[in-house]
Amino acid sequence: MKLGYILTFKNLAVLGLIGVVTGLINGLLGIGGGTILIPAMVFLLGEKQHVAHGTSLSIILPTAIISTFVYQSNSHIDWALALKIALSGMLGGYLGARLMQLIPAPHLRKLFGVFMAVAGIRMIF
Amino acid sequence: MLIYLIGFFMGILSGLAMGGGTLLVPALVILMNVPQHTAQGICLAAFIPTALVAVITHLKQKNVKLKLTLYLSGGALLGAFLGATLANQVDGPLLRKIFGFFLVLMGIYQFFSKPSRE
Repeated sequence: MKLGYILTFKNLAVLGLIGVVTGLINGLLGIGGGTILIPAMVFLLGEKQHVAHGTSLSIILPTAIISTFVYQSNSHIDWALALKIALSGMLGGYLGARLMQLIPAPHLRKLFGVFMAVAGIRMIF
Repeated sequence: MLIYLIGFFMGILSGLAMGGGTLLVPALVILMNVPQHTAQGICLAAFIPTALVAVITHLKQKNVKLKLTLYLSGGALLGAFLGATLANQVDGPLLRKIFGFFLVLMGIYQFFSKPSRE
């Protein structure tokens, strides 16, 4: 299905649902939500990968700000740790973006998929 | 020192578009014994400055469809408020299990997904 941005009831419902699911993941789990939003834009809305990436960030940014407010009002943010992570993370992010061409992404992707599953199982039990 | 290493390593993974943020929460919980709620809060707060820079870059490169941003943001903001409120209602051990469940699903998805070459 490709939405031509004609706002029929059905299209609004699809867009609203994708938005709510993305927001729920963001607020409940504290992670971006791009994992859901990017594939949804590519496969359901027929957007190009780089547009989906850029647009998803523009949605997740205000979403994360709302979630941060709620966590902060429940005193669940350690700002000193967050600052350290943000600073070292930006440095790493810059390096990662540069390394993108040099690294065999498909294999690493599988490796970190396994990492995630193992960490997830460890957190459940 | 460990906190900077975790941040740096997760940053590299994010830059590679490989779910650095997703692995940040378990890294904080398992390696640094940070409570589940706090780990998630840190992940959200630390995401904001990085995302701000990234959004500005994407806007300049015209990779943002503002109309789509508008249509999707309404639901996303509502969902975030509900999700974050729900997260703060459940206790740490349960939230940790919920997170772990989603992490397993995302790991399986990441393992089998074929990234598009563009």
